[in-house]
Amino acid sequence: MTTEQPIRVLIAKPGLDGHDRGAKVIARALRDAGMEVIYTGLRQTPEMVAEAALQEDVDVVGLSILSGAHLALVPRVRELMDDNGLQDVALLVGGIIPDEDVPALKAQGVSGVFGPGTSTEDIINHIRQVVASRSGNNG
Amino acid sequence: MVDLVQATLHGDRRALARLLTYVENEREGVEQSLAALFPHTGHAWVIGVTGAPGTGKSSLVNALAKAFRRRGQTVAIVAVDPTSPFSGGAIMGDRIRMRDLAGDKGVFIRSMATRGSLGGLARATRDVIRVLDAAGFDVIFVETVGAGQSEVDIVRTAQTTIVVEAPGFGDDVQAIKAGILEIADVLVVNKADRPGAENTVRALKAMLEMGHPAAREQLTRHHGQLVSVELSSNGGELWIPPVVKTVAPEDQGIDDLVAALESHRHHLIEARALTGLERQHIEIELYDRLEAALMARLLKAIPGDVLSDVIRRIQARELDPQSAVNTILEQA
Ligand SMILES: Nc1nc2c(ncn2[C@@H]2O[C@H](COP(=O)(O)OP(=O)(O)OP(=O)(O)O)[C@@H](O)[C@H]2O)c(=O)[nH]1
Ligand SMILES: [Mg+2]
Repeated sequence: MTTEQPIRVLIAKPGLDGHDRGAKVIARALRDAGMEVIYTGLRQTPEMVAEAALQEDVDVVGLSILSGAHLALVPRVRELMDDNGLQDVALLVGGIIPDEDVPALKAQGVSGVFGPGTSTEDIINHIRQVVASRSGNNG
Repeated sequence: MVDLVQATLHGDRRALARLLTYVENEREGVEQSLAALFPHTGHAWVIGVTGAPGTGKSSLVNALAKAFRRRGQTVAIVAVDPTSPFSGGAIMGDRIRMRDLAGDKGVFIRSMATRGSLGGLARATRDVIRVLDAAGFDVIFVETVGAGQSEVDIVRTAQTTIVVEAPGFGDDVQAIKAGILEIADVLVVNKADRPGAENTVRALKAMLEMGHPAAREQLTRHHGQLVSVELSSNGGELWIPPVVKTVAPEDQGIDDLVAALESHRHHLIEARALTGLERQHIEIELYDRLEAALMARLLKAIPGDVLSDVIRRIQARELDPQSAVNTILEQA
């Protein structure tokens, strides 16, 4: 079959905050954009996220973090994903992230950071772009 | 992909995950990988879990997987969810209920969208199960979409099928309608902590008993096109699906459920039905694949405008549909 395959995305909520409204809105938007979204639910450890990303062989991992613990959680998730051989898998962060933290996150292997005001359209386009630019070497 | 096959056989989880993607995408060349893996299959116990949405299938799989892990068996889980017919996308949330299994390298969970398939599984689910089987997992759980209807694919794939009910799901009458009892090897009334659980158990048991011997045989034969021949030729006893009450998130009733599953497996082995079951599964699969391959070959052999011309002539009442088929077959 040569038809285009759906992009697979893992949406996870690491950390301890208990709100997943935002994550669910994103999940639905991505589904409506034709993507296959694996939603793992609340209170995921970085280990759980990296392991789920491996098992599900996703193209993209999206983390929703409202707790303010992003500087601790995100690099840890990236590190564990890389340990699992998932260097190719894009990592996105959404939630409440102060502007001044964005460069640090991007330097640590995050492809995009999306604050509360972001339109889902922007996220969808970003995902399509990173997956397209990557699929050259991944076949 | 040769490397992926070898790595998968050696327990490399990343390779396994990638191979499953290729299988799911029916990627060019994956047929050879499946062929190479095939001699390594046939060892796993494939257990289907079906039932209406929200009855607790994922929670049960989570609890069952823990129980099998305690017995030292490795577990793979394939959780199938519906693809949206509008966008082609899907949201798959079964892992939410399976967080107890995180961090255990003896468990592998894979979510799978139906991608347009209607029988409760995806088209590639059979092959995905096969890859997991070759990878050495002892038990493979397959959670179906749970549309409640036409979940026929699962009995053609699993050796043991669990049908999950929950109180207050309008169960009784609906279950018969959907023919769900016919596919059950083990019936579970989950959410037994909820009011009405006893009624659901009673209703299910009454329905099972309603089937007098002849009716039961009919049911078994139906399920089985699969087991009935073996059973009767062996003079073995008919399998009456046990009804087990559970509260999945509390692990209540799970030991009973495991025992029921074990006794179904023993029943299959003792009635020497396991090989008969496998033979039936293979036969059905072979027909499916032949049908698809013949159709593809036929369509390739016929110029596209011939078909559209035939359709036009049928609509103009110049040709009836069956004569049209004969004409097409003559030309191919
Ligand atoms: N009270 C009670 N709630 C339960 C029980 N088992 C599952 N639940 C809850 O029922 C809801 C659905 O459970 P799932 O395991 O996701 O059900 P499912 O059949 O896999 O659902 P789908 O995959 O969406 O069809 C969740 O909120 C569970 O926590 C139970 O035994 N008792
Ligand atoms: Mg489920």
